[in-house]
Amino acid sequence: MATLNVLILVCLGYVVLLFGVAFAADRMAAAGRGKWLRSPLIYTLSLSIYCTAWTFYGAVGNAARSGLEFVTIYLGPTLVMISWWWGLRKLVRVGRSQRVTSVADLISSRYGKSNTLAICVTILAVLGGTPYIALQLQSITLSFSIFAEADPSGLYREGASVFWVAAGLAVFAILFGTRNLDANERHHGVVTAIALESVVKLFALLAVGIFVVWGVAGGVTPMMERIDASEIGRWNVDTGRWMAITFLSAAAFVCLPRMFQVMVVENDDESHLRTAAWAFPLYLLLMSLFVVPIAVVGLDLLPAGSNPDLFVLTVPLSQGNDWLAMLSFIGGFSSATSMVIVTAMALSTMVSNHVVMPIWLNTRENASSMSGDVRNVVLMARRVSIAAIMALGFFYYRMSGGGAALASIGLVAFAGVSQILPALVGGLFWRGATRTGALVGLSVGFFLWIYTLLLPGMGGNVMSASVIENGPFGLGWLRPQALFGLDGLDPMTHTVLWSLSLNTLAFCLASLLSFPSPLERLQGAQFVNVFDHSVAPGGWTGSVAQSEDLMIMTQRILGAGPAQDFFQAEAEKQGVRGRWPEPTPGFLERLERELSGSVGAATAHAMIGQIVGGSSVSVEDLLAVADESAQLLEYSSQLEAKSAELSRTARKLREANEKLTQISRQKDAFLGQVSHELRTPMTSIRAFSEIMRDTDGLSAEESRRYATIIHDEALRLTRLLDDLLDLSVLENGQVSLNMGDASLRTVLDRAVSTTMAGADSPLTILRNLSAERIALHSDLDRLGQVFINLISNAQKYCDAPEPVLTISAHDVGGQAVIDFVDNGSGIPPDAQSMVFEKFARVGFDKAGGAGLGLAICREIMHRLGGEITYLPGQGGAAFRVSLPLPHRQAAQ
Amino acid sequence: MSRKVLLIEDEPNITEAIRFLLTREGWQVETHAEGENAVQTILSAQPDLVILDVMLPGKSGMDVLRELREHEEMRALPVLMLTARGQSRDREMAEKAGVSRFMTKPFSNTEVLTAVRDLHAQASQS
Repeated sequence: MATLNVLILVCLGYVVLLFGVAFAADRMAAAGRGKWLRSPLIYTLSLSIYCTAWTFYGAVGNAARSGLEFVTIYLGPTLVMISWWWGLRKLVRVGRSQRVTSVADLISSRYGKSNTLAICVTILAVLGGTPYIALQLQSITLSFSIFAEADPSGLYREGASVFWVAAGLAVFAILFGTRNLDANERHHGVVTAIALESVVKLFALLAVGIFVVWGVAGGVTPMMERIDASEIGRWNVDTGRWMAITFLSAAAFVCLPRMFQVMVVENDDESHLRTAAWAFPLYLLLMSLFVVPIAVVGLDLLPAGSNPDLFVLTVPLSQGNDWLAMLSFIGGFSSATSMVIVTAMALSTMVSNHVVMPIWLNTRENASSMSGDVRNVVLMARRVSIAAIMALGFFYYRMSGGGAALASIGLVAFAGVSQILPALVGGLFWRGATRTGALVGLSVGFFLWIYTLLLPGMGGNVMSASVIENGPFGLGWLRPQALFGLDGLDPMTHTVLWSLSLNTLAFCLASLLSFPSPLERLQGAQFVNVFDHSVAPGGWTGSVAQSEDLMIMTQRILGAGPAQDFFQAEAEKQGVRGRWPEPTPGFLERLERELSGSVGAATAHAMIGQIVGGSSVSVEDLLAVADESAQLLEYSSQLEAKSAELSRTARKLREANEKLTQISRQKDAFLGQVSHELRTPMTSIRAFSEIMRDTDGLSAEESRRYATIIHDEALRLTRLLDDLLDLSVLENGQVSLNMGDASLRTVLDRAVSTTMAGADSPLTILRNLSAERIALHSDLDRLGQVFINLISNAQKYCDAPEPVLTISAHDVGGQAVIDFVDNGSGIPPDAQSMVFEKFARVGFDKAGGAGLGLAICREIMHRLGGEITYLPGQGGAAFRVSLPLPHRQAAQ
Repeated sequence: MSRKVLLIEDEPNITEAIRFLLTREGWQVETHAEGENAVQTILSAQPDLVILDVMLPGKSGMDVLRELREHEEMRALPVLMLTARGQSRDREMAEKAGVSRFMTKPFSNTEVLTAVRDLHAQASQS
């Protein structure tokens, strides 16, 4: 029988080996050697810190108690790795591009670098992590006690051993986990040590399994028979619980701080995930291969009441195989220590970056003027945090007394950290996710987890049995394990169902209802579209930051050397080698990311913000930008309106110009016409007067004839001048009307007699005298002028052999309508529209006026308030004169 | 020898005056009173000289001249153009259309006779 002393010696030796490996790996990494340190294999092995002592010992215990339920713990991560590796790839890409230091940092960074969220996640992680650490300590103690029972010396004291184990682990974590300030840098020593431990625990478990199957059972077939004979195979599997735990372990695999640490923070190369996607499930498969055989054999061999959680140790011991038991112990020890170390590192980073540093910064007036080296402060905060977390785990262990079954604590912790899942996954894939949503979702899930799982599990002191039985204050629907009347479920399933569904619902609803801050939008875009842009857009606006101040601060965080290197590189990038780099947004963005690797995103943001003067993208800035763009929009719409107005004006001008051109052309045409009409008779007059003057021997008849021509042409000139003057007066509106009363018949009588007098024309005028008894009130001379014009037009232009002009009068709706229709060939349709225009003479007859008559008529009728129109389709030329009647006006 | 002038003018009194003047000068005067068919009349009448009014019913004297000049054998025919409109633009247009002499109404008889004599003399020389 192995003595405890040997065990302790082996243990110490193993620890020394781990220290040595870690130290050597760090040295090699620092020297730039050891490429294998960054191999996919190491990465995959480091992921297997998922398998803690709980899995190492607890899986067998679980199988002995609940049959195949333990498979779910392996199934969850396997499913994630196989079917969701692309999601993990995104997580890793985001984590690396944002230099994320922890899961809390990731959430905080995603939701606008909110420290509140970071603190929430940190608290959740610590609350879930502490019992888990206690669990590991307990497993080590229990396994020790197995050996101690057999040891006669009685040297073993449980409390002391746990304390020293905890202290030793703390020292290891501090030594290798806080060597570099930049938590985002790879901890090669720790990772290599973990990988080694993974190999050890797998080896140990496989060894025990092989021993059990071939050494105890006597081969595969008898083993299978034994399993068939045992009760394990017959236990029913609760489907709900099965699914719940599978889901939980999958969620925890992504959310657990230690998993995040090895999977994202310690990741060297995204492509390692490809290997891990098949290698890690394979590892889990090997780990689970012998769980059932060990459980079955343990139940068979060991006396009833033995702790099945320790079968891995006790089965070899009972068979007298001390060395195998010791190997098994080392395996369990490895599982426990690797988990504790990484958890302590991850949690301490969170605690120091999100709790200690912000508080410390807030107590300072100005971060840039602080004295001393911030590096030491940060490192010290992290070291103290590690120690504190270990102490917390230790005290939790001491307080809880280590009574509960190992697996249940593990699941409780799983359920706790799983509350991060909605915010994490939502943040990666949904741009609409907001800080408020994440906070509300986390709070709801967190509260439900505590209320429905954590408190009821802590025993009667914390939550009385009556509350669990009847609900608080007797409210049945608030029973912690049957919330809202959902009874009959396994408590774990119940918690997972309620907490995660309500968490997700609250997260989504609050996200939809809240408005993300500008920084959140920026970060959200960067997270969700991480594969689109490798370089993040700057969150800093142009600033008055003093590069020197930034340098001083950076030096304190990164150390003098790295800070100077960084600044020189930046200066070179900006082409100002040997001087300070300009604090451009891009520079500040890179600096912030560099610093966030050391102190977390929120803190780095705050620190730079203090120097730059808080000129990160604030709501005000964005509003100002929005205002400006709104102004620009308005301005542009004003411009648009102006331009529309201008084009309208231009069009008007163009139209006016066209009108003027047209008028000018009309004027030219008119002047041409007038000139023609004046010059033509004058030509005749001049020609004939010269003939009469210069020609001797004109006959008397010739003389008279030429004198008559001269006379007629002179009259024509006079008429033309009269018409022109008349038209001009009428058009200018300078005419004064001489109103009088008479019947239509009187006016027509006068017009007909004037026209027919002295003219020996054959025109017959047909009238209906009775219809002409219409009383008129008008300028009778002007109206008569119109009638005379129309009658003389018929006289001149009617080409019928026996010309007849029919004048008919009607009283139509308060208007006197007088039609003048002759029996000639009329006016050709294409000329009808022109007939009232000046000089629109139709036909060749020169005996008439100058072509102004109808234009004058139109003007007169216009002045008299009536009109004159051409009536088409009447056979001959047909004009209609209409005039408002006076008595209707009086009657109104 | 018989000299023939074709007078295209719609104003009968002016036609009569010019006929009187040119007949006394020994010209055989033929007349046409509208723009329409004026070119055909010229082509068939084969005058030694054409006196053409601008403002004619049917077709303007300008168009008549332009059409006339399109005929190869009518390029050199002396055309004396008369206008009552008296606008400088008309003179330019007429010159472009290939007028031989352009006169504004009212004219003195001497002017017309001189112009006719000159044009005829030029045409005879060439």
